[in-house]
Amino acid sequence: MSEMTMTEKILARAAGKRAVEPGDNVWVAADVLMTHDVCGPGTIGIFRREFGAQARVWDRDRVVLIPDHYIFTKDDKAHRNVDILREFAADQSLPHLYDVGTPRYKGVCHIALAEEGHNRPGEVLFGTDSHTCTAGAFNEFATGIGNTDAAFVMGTGKLLLKVPPTMRFVFDGEVPSYILAKDLILQIIGDIGVDGATYRAMEFAGDAVMRLSMEERMTLANMVIEAGGKNGIIAADETTRAYVGARTKKSFDEVTNDPGASFSFERRYDASRLEPVVARPHSPDNRALARELKDVRLTRAYIGSCTGGKLTDFVNAAQVLRGRHVAVDTFLVPSTTEVSTGLRTHTIDGRPLLDIFRDAGCQVSIEASCAACLGGPKDTFGRINGPEVCISTTNRNFPGRMGSKEGQVYLASPYTVAASAVTGRITDPRELLQ
Amino acid sequence: MTIRGRVYVLGDNIDTDQIIPAEYLNLVPTIPEEYRKLGSYALAGLARTPDQPPFVPPGAMTGPFTIIVAGKNFGCGSSREHAPIALGAAGTKAVVAESFARIFFRNCVATGELYPCETPARLVDAFRTNEEAVLDLEANTLTNVATGAVHTLRPLGDAGPVIAAGGLFAYARQTGMISAAGTGAGASVSGGPQAGADD
Ligand code: SF4
Repeated sequence: MSEMTMTEKILARAAGKRAVEPGDNVWVAADVLMTHDVCGPGTIGIFRREFGAQARVWDRDRVVLIPDHYIFTKDDKAHRNVDILREFAADQSLPHLYDVGTPRYKGVCHIALAEEGHNRPGEVLFGTDSHTCTAGAFNEFATGIGNTDAAFVMGTGKLLLKVPPTMRFVFDGEVPSYILAKDLILQIIGDIGVDGATYRAMEFAGDAVMRLSMEERMTLANMVIEAGGKNGIIAADETTRAYVGARTKKSFDEVTNDPGASFSFERRYDASRLEPVVARPHSPDNRALARELKDVRLTRAYIGSCTGGKLTDFVNAAQVLRGRHVAVDTFLVPSTTEVSTGLRTHTIDGRPLLDIFRDAGCQVSIEASCAACLGGPKDTFGRINGPEVCISTTNRNFPGRMGSKEGQVYLASPYTVAASAVTGRITDPRELLQ
Repeated sequence: MTIRGRVYVLGDNIDTDQIIPAEYLNLVPTIPEEYRKLGSYALAGLARTPDQPPFVPPGAMTGPFTIIVAGKNFGCGSSREHAPIALGAAGTKAVVAESFARIFFRNCVATGELYPCETPARLVDAFRTNEEAVLDLEANTLTNVATGAVHTLRPLGDAGPVIAAGGLFAYARQTGMISAAGTGAGASVSGGPQAGADD
């Protein structure tokens, strides 16, 4: 029997086969289907059109609805779209709707999935959002799909997939204190390009990766799509089990690479030699060292999103910002309500993060959502509405991604964004962390 | 099958935010009026250059361009199905690119909105916006009517019949992978040909 990678093993299991190989087309059973307010209404429309108004979803307990994109806006259609999710959840008696305006409201779907125990090793997660790959940090197969595919899954529980070959990225050694997971993934994307992993799985391995927290592993897997990847994956260990075990009682089956598993590509990094990096406008692979960009003057900084708006990201930013003052408009948006609570309850030297940020002159949103990560309606908090030069912990810096086409976005780690906010120019965090 | 019409030429890494900016994602593609609106905003996120006409003229709901010729990694970024739909709603029938981002390619096939055709050679310099072209999906060629130059395309393979049927659901019914429309609960996937909307 052929030896398989983690991704191949999960897909084989979900397809009911003993083994699969890269290139095989297989019908894969979904464990979870996630959709949100931007793609959910269209998915529901297709589901009803194709399966009929009376059709039921294939498994009520496996459909997760997480409104998160356009929440705190006056836009009527945005509210109408959340209403469509509500009506569908009521009609289908779906238990997993994290509804706006209720105590269950969460915010950014990829972080909400993790926090609410929907990410479990060995499973298959489909989501109508390209950053669904984030959940690969939990040793599962997770990938983004469109509305039509999602409607198909809603009705049948299955999707036809081509098994991807796996590229392997190994980080050995000690990660320096000033380097975060965001630096690791920007390093990789700069090396292989924005289409370097198209149609492929990206595995992250090595002792440096396995020492990362779950939240940092999520940052790695989150940006797999920025290299074109189909899914990201990381082995499960005590860190994974502790996180998942605290969030769900459901059992799960971890997967490991077989000893003879083959990879289409392997690159090893010495983590100790990494330097803080930045992706320049307008592409996530347009990499430079932070210290090379000290002449870039900024008008704004942004900390938020599924990539850089987790509690760990804010703790890291606070390490730099405490006792200092920002030189440019700095917008902070927690990804979820749990992170929002954490801003009040988590302290550094006895001081809550929220106070540290407010003392530093940051504008902090208490409302968790995607916010300006994808621009959104004109009244979105932190949206770029003109020729701003912004440094951001988010994942994309395409033209107009955060709003205006006149804006320029640099992507970096929470350390680098915070350090740059303090000086008003792109700054290597080593300058301020010592 | 052939598709004849005017060409719109684009470069590398045209992402989904340029194809349909996020501020228009409040529109739901399955609502007919909003589907048409998405068409009017197709490629609204593209930085305007003096030598390139707008993809959709101001105030119009559709544009004059039937075929997009582009470079590498077309449709990178988001999984928003609004992207192929906006182009399709604007009247575009095919995108001919050096390569596609995976989810965009898959969404073209699943919706049946667009033919995503890959080319072994880079064609962005072989066409100018507004030139007339003929796409022949049987011969796998793209011909520049003005110059007469004939360019080879990679075969669409398994994806071709799915788009021709009108997308994933139409194809799944045609081939007996799922039962007829409106039969309600318990739709089951039967064996069927292993083609489908695969990427
Ligand atoms: S935070 Fe940004 S990247 Fe993440 S799901 Fe929301 S819009 Fe997408």
